[in-house]
Amino acid sequence: MADEKDREEIIVAEFHKKIKEAFEVFDHESNNTVDVREIGTIIRSLGCCPTEGELHDLIAEVEEEEPTGYIRFEKFLPVMTEILLERRYRPIPEDVLLRAFEVLDSAKRGFLTKDELIKYMTEEDGVSLCRPGWSAVAQSRLTATSTSQVQVILLSQPPEQPHTTTPG
Amino acid sequence: MGSGTSTRHHFAFQNAERAFKAAALIQRWYRRYMARLEMRRRCTWSIFQSIEYAGQQDQVKLHDFFSYLMDHFIPSSHNERDFLTRMLTEDRFAQDSEMEKCSDYESIEVPNSYTGPRLSFPLLPDHATALIEAFRLKQQLHARYVLNLLYETKKHLVQLPNINRVSTCYSEEITVCGDLHGQLDDLIFIFYKNGLPSPERSYVFNGDFVDRGKDSVEILMILFAFMLVYPKEFHLNRGNHEDHMVNLRYGFTKEVMNKYKIHGKEILRTLKDVFCWLPLATLIDEKVLILHGGVSDITDLELLDKIERNKIVSTMRCKTRRKNEKQMEEKGKANRKSSAQEPIPWFLPQSRSLPSSPLRFSSYKAHKTSRSSSIPCGGCLDRRELSRQVRSSVELELERYRQQAGLLVTRQKEEPSRSASEADSEAGELQKPTQEEWRQVVDILWSDPMAQEGCKANTIRGGGCYFGPDVTQQLLQKYNLQFLIRSHECKPEGYEFCHNRKVLTIFSASNYYEVGSNRGAYVKLGPALTPHIVQYQANKVTNTLTMRQRISRVEESALRALREKLFAHSSDLLSEFKKHDADKVGLITLSDWAAAVESVLHLGLPWRMLRSQLVNSSADNMLEYKSWLKNLAKEQVSHENIQSSLLETLYRNRSNLETIFRIIDSDHSGFISLDEFRQTWKLLSSHMNIDITENCICDLARSIDFNKDGHIDINEFLEAFRLVEKSCLEGDTSECPQATNAKDSGCNSPGAC
Repeated sequence: MADEKDREEIIVAEFHKKIKEAFEVFDHESNNTVDVREIGTIIRSLGCCPTEGELHDLIAEVEEEEPTGYIRFEKFLPVMTEILLERRYRPIPEDVLLRAFEVLDSAKRGFLTKDELIKYMTEEDGVSLCRPGWSAVAQSRLTATSTSQVQVILLSQPPEQPHTTTPG
Repeated sequence: MGSGTSTRHHFAFQNAERAFKAAALIQRWYRRYMARLEMRRRCTWSIFQSIEYAGQQDQVKLHDFFSYLMDHFIPSSHNERDFLTRMLTEDRFAQDSEMEKCSDYESIEVPNSYTGPRLSFPLLPDHATALIEAFRLKQQLHARYVLNLLYETKKHLVQLPNINRVSTCYSEEITVCGDLHGQLDDLIFIFYKNGLPSPERSYVFNGDFVDRGKDSVEILMILFAFMLVYPKEFHLNRGNHEDHMVNLRYGFTKEVMNKYKIHGKEILRTLKDVFCWLPLATLIDEKVLILHGGVSDITDLELLDKIERNKIVSTMRCKTRRKNEKQMEEKGKANRKSSAQEPIPWFLPQSRSLPSSPLRFSSYKAHKTSRSSSIPCGGCLDRRELSRQVRSSVELELERYRQQAGLLVTRQKEEPSRSASEADSEAGELQKPTQEEWRQVVDILWSDPMAQEGCKANTIRGGGCYFGPDVTQQLLQKYNLQFLIRSHECKPEGYEFCHNRKVLTIFSASNYYEVGSNRGAYVKLGPALTPHIVQYQANKVTNTLTMRQRISRVEESALRALREKLFAHSSDLLSEFKKHDADKVGLITLSDWAAAVESVLHLGLPWRMLRSQLVNSSADNMLEYKSWLKNLAKEQVSHENIQSSLLETLYRNRSNLETIFRIIDSDHSGFISLDEFRQTWKLLSSHMNIDITENCICDLARSIDFNKDGHIDINEFLEAFRLVEKSCLEGDTSECPQATNAKDSGCNSPGAC
């Protein structure tokens, strides 16, 4: 029983260090705060995959009563530790992702054009899926291949496993 | 099938819902993908910056090292004492009457076979344009024209005020460019994209033209040429790299000596003067202040306007006049000694040239040491006596120079107007700025903005300060300015606003750390003085890469540099790892790995994030640290007969070594004798607690001297590191001596197992 508790403490300690590192990358003023707009990036880089809605809820949890535009580490740490312990917002398995693309590709061509993808990402039945500016972002960040086929993005997804570096 | 309208609608609705869900899913995944890319990008940036700044700190440490030597090193032999004093003094700068020689460029013959550009003075716009074209075609300007151009440049610079005042009335637009650092492609690109300088198109180049890149000479030639052709429209500010002490370390000195084997030394000497005459700042319409680094809470533009800027030859020096100097002079007169004519160690405050930490103004111990009563002549001296002898003879020279300084100071006051020739002779003499003057200049050349309010010492760079938005505001208000333009820091987008858009950083060297690492930018100011920024990246390759590919490339380069650093600290890492491995199993947790690495390297990097890139394989979250270290070594340089622990030490101290070598190699020949090499190594190791036996050093020296002529070509020696690294990347498996050999070699490197 005590052993398990020790192990959990070690895990929590390790999570704390990870969270702190990720936080510090965005803590430009070195005063334990980050811009609220970077919280999404931080959370995602720690391996979580929340939706925008879930993210909004999270931000509400860690914000000050009177939102300052900054999130303090002291508030962020416990919430994020909880998320990691509960393994919330796990990333989507690749096969599910593939099926999602297939749903959008109703004509079963095996690809989506860049424009189509942008359209789907930014609106659906007139309902905007995201904050404004997404389409501009998406456009500039998609691959530069001239045929603009989304197929390429999927296949070059970064692997979940760490890189194996070959010496020399 | 039953497809009534209701069921059709039902299907349609279901499909829409599914599509919506699918899109949301993809969006989630995509955002995470982008977040991870962004995190990698920032980590990569941190790696480069932390290594770069650690290098700058090293420079400062090196200078402190020399003063430590003076205080503590007791030469064990006559030879060593000579070596020490020879190394610590700068005879090569002793005769600045050689300044006259630079007008001897006329005696340099240009062979008929020379196909490069030929300059005649006064320069015409066509000459300047021809230079650009010639350099684009990889031609090299003949030394005679280089010296001629430098000579004319200096004549022009001497007439300029410290703060250039420029008005937008006359030219339609002003373009301000930041650091170029020897990257000629970027300069050519700027002129191509923005247009050549002309009476209608003004330019301000904000310092750091040289070092790091490979075409610093060419950049200087072009910039100086345009300045002579369009003196009213083309302006240059001094940067912290326009400084011969900094150049020793960061590559410009080497570039000049490589390109101009016969006249390089003369060119460098002339450049030393040209650099210190560069203006310190440019002011546009009395509203926009442009300077290289930044400001501090004591920045005083009126004072800066008045000082004699050429007195500050290097910001690595602290040749300041102290208030109680007069008193010391009186004292000195009382202790008349026969002078042994030892020149002053160049790092002492009262010497003419002193590379000290810009942060340390305090007096050095040396001039407080007791003045010994007499200098014994001949005979056997014990070590303490020798050391005292060195110090006392040094003191003699100090007094002599102080006296001269005293005399010169009074003469200065009588003749306020300064003519060029007088400036020449003064340059060789002991014009010394006051501490405050020196600090004012260091602040504007070295400072960086920070987000917090206040003003604190810039410990990362070792010079200048960090200044907050309140300091900026205070300065702008005091002098009724609109905003500040500065450079000095590399930014991913080539520019960055801060302090409520009151400070603009502009950096014009694209791909500074690595191909794809950052953009360059320049800023144009229209009549309303609104800034308009233009970005670029002077490398076609990057434009065809995806963002992920770009980030991966730069990341790989950063990781390589980081692995190098890790290798260089192998011994320390090993002992640190062992501390976490109490049971001596050979394994540590990955968490311990991260803690150990940070405690050795002190780079402040997010090690847990980088772990997956640095640690190959770990079973169960545990790492076999010894084999990890071995793998690191395998990737690195190998040199026959050099033991890996020694190699590691060499590697770690590489840039310090290089700087020291260049200082020893006072005739810039590229060669130092075996003996000098051994002495250097011994000094370095005694100070830095590197435990290496005499035999090891001898072996090393001999192995480097490939043609066995008693001389080491230091360029080749240091180049070897780079070449072998390159060949490693190309797939050569180099024979790397394994750590097991360490026992047989007699090397006592701490931590070698």
